[in-house]
Amino acid sequence: MPKIKLSQKTIEIVKEICASFENNEGELINVLHETQHKLGYLPAEIQELIAIELNMSVAKVYGVVTFYSFFNMIPQGEFPISVCMGTACYVRGAEQILHEIKRQLNIEVGQSTPDGKFSLNCLRCVGACGLAPVVMVGDKVYGRVAPQQVRKIIAEYQEGCVKPERHEM
Amino acid sequence: MDMINLTIDKKPVTVKRGTSLLAAAAQVGIKIPSLCYMKLEDLNIENKPGGCRVCVVEVEGRRNLTPACCTDVAEGMVVSTHSIRAIHARRTVVELILSDHPTDCLKCAKAGNCDLQSMAQHLGIREIHFEGEKSTFREDTSPAIIRELDKCIRCRRCEMMCNEVQSVGALSAINRGFNAVVAPAFEMNLDHSVCTYCGQCVAVCPTGALTEKDNTGAVIRALSDSTKTVIVQTAPAVRAALGEEFGDEPGTLVTGKLAAALRRLGFDYVFDTDFAADLTIMEEGTELLSRLTAFLGGDKDVKLPMLTSCCPAWVKFFEHQFPDLIDIPSTARSPQQMFGAIAKSFFAEKIGVNRKDLVVVSIMPCVAKKYECSREEFSENGNPDVDFALTTRELAQLINLANIDFKSLPDEDFDNPLGESTGASVIFGTTGGVIEAAVRTAYEVFTGKKLQRLDFNELRGMEGIRHATIDFDGLPINIGIAHGLGNARKLLEDIQQGKSHFHAIEIMSCPGGCIGGGGQPYHHGDAEILKKRQMALYREDAGKPIRKSHENPFITKLYEEFLGAPMSDKAHHLLHTEYFDRSKNGN
Repeated sequence: MPKIKLSQKTIEIVKEICASFENNEGELINVLHETQHKLGYLPAEIQELIAIELNMSVAKVYGVVTFYSFFNMIPQGEFPISVCMGTACYVRGAEQILHEIKRQLNIEVGQSTPDGKFSLNCLRCVGACGLAPVVMVGDKVYGRVAPQQVRKIIAEYQEGCVKPERHEM
Repeated sequence: MDMINLTIDKKPVTVKRGTSLLAAAAQVGIKIPSLCYMKLEDLNIENKPGGCRVCVVEVEGRRNLTPACCTDVAEGMVVSTHSIRAIHARRTVVELILSDHPTDCLKCAKAGNCDLQSMAQHLGIREIHFEGEKSTFREDTSPAIIRELDKCIRCRRCEMMCNEVQSVGALSAINRGFNAVVAPAFEMNLDHSVCTYCGQCVAVCPTGALTEKDNTGAVIRALSDSTKTVIVQTAPAVRAALGEEFGDEPGTLVTGKLAAALRRLGFDYVFDTDFAADLTIMEEGTELLSRLTAFLGGDKDVKLPMLTSCCPAWVKFFEHQFPDLIDIPSTARSPQQMFGAIAKSFFAEKIGVNRKDLVVVSIMPCVAKKYECSREEFSENGNPDVDFALTTRELAQLINLANIDFKSLPDEDFDNPLGESTGASVIFGTTGGVIEAAVRTAYEVFTGKKLQRLDFNELRGMEGIRHATIDFDGLPINIGIAHGLGNARKLLEDIQQGKSHFHAIEIMSCPGGCIGGGGQPYHHGDAEILKKRQMALYREDAGKPIRKSHENPFITKLYEEFLGAPMSDKAHHLLHTEYFDRSKNGN
């Protein structure tokens, strides 16, 4: 895989996060959460750095990253779209919504749009089953979504929106 | 002692608190089948993820079946290991594993040695009631180990060996569900990872998912090429284990039959790595003495303790994990590579053969030796000092292919000049053996006195880390021994922190040393086999007429005729090496 060069600032951010958990191997999941929150995703180079900081093997770090679907190894769009595929959402038509988003953005699940604006993922249950089917864009939850509404939701983010706060690598 | 009473299959059992149901049942002759579970007694090695569920049993009063390997006994428990429900569940579990397993058993490298195959037979599985998609993975070929993960059953024994025992950290369980498998980080190839090729993952893999790279074809081709002179060397630990492949009891020494079999295979000269082990002692022993002398003379820069360097997995381990310590190990090459260098210089010259037309094959208990002979520094203009390394198992395969009835072979001797060896070199194959051999020579050279005893029992055993102080005529020499890379790591961390008080440390990567190498006949979790191999080597040593490396007459002659003295310029060029920091660029 192609190597990316981490900036000094990025390295410092990751080191700080690890230090805030006392470089404790047992805090790996928290470290990964926090790092992804700050940096958007967890590329191989970041995982290698975390492994060194927590004094554990990078294979173990990668094992945890690939076990939990929450963690991403490819850059997320500026506005990550998540479609809930939990039971309630699924029976109320989540699949059609997902299909419509894929069609509109012309990307598959796990991919980002070429302009880096949107990425698409599925998740399992956000605990809002009463609002099924549920779509999340960033931290914002959209309930009882119908396929016809997808265009409108995406349009909200097409321009003029406040960028989420995130450090660039 | 806190004892617990329970009933297993209507038999009353009394065992210590904390005993597992699996172990408790074994004490009364009930052998509950298990697959992922593995325990190497006395070596502190245990794998019990409770993952495969083959060992499930029924416990009265519990709604669900429970895995016997990771359920502790409790007072008054009533356990049935072969109720209809338990048998049905066990068979279903194995059928489910088989439903996601390739069915190429007839031509699988592990056929006949596969724990999954044995389990299916044991349970009388004749039909698989489940059909569906099978998980498939990319095959990974390295110089030493082949990973064919379609055959992985997620027992995680390899992961346990790689992480808990060896502390290498090349492998981890990755992904989840149907895609779950054991792999290096980012699913990179093994040869890009921190893997040391110790082969302990291969040694414990229950199926054909992890095997050694097969070099038998290349050796057969070399043997049938009339333009080549093909010579062979065989490592000490091979003679204590090869017999097992032909039905001998573990611990049977087959040195004479081994030499006879190699000759019948068509090797032009049948030599012994033990000769090169004696040579190693001359070089490594001299290096230790020169460091010690410098140290005693007040040299503050001298590197002590000196670490042995015979084991290629250990070398790769410190190159990756302790790059700051790469000037501490002895610069002496391993016996395999010393043999190759001498064979392709001294011996090639002696018999008037160009090094390109001389093929050196080695028989090793090890898979890392395949990697070692592929290292660039051990070649001249692209021609390797050792062309092919075969494992003990591969040799058994060759012997079968050549229609040799191993058991009826006579005992024969090795050829000279590279076949003569001492008892000191034989014990290179077990933990503690290299340092004992070094002590026998270093003592006599250092003190100028004859040793009163040759058996250093304080250096022997199976403890993971051992230490002893040997009196060098008034000078106490502190010796450390570690086998298993996890144990080696502890000694190295002591050195980093300046806490080490040793003068010399012997390290072998595999539990038990080379007798437990990744290329040996499979032990299937029975540590007794390793102990019997160890005893066999000490027996062979005790029976040798010469038991000190410096008294090997052919070694003396080699120095007189060719090398000059230990650590001479020529010896340095041919018998010593350098190490590389691999911490940054992977392999």
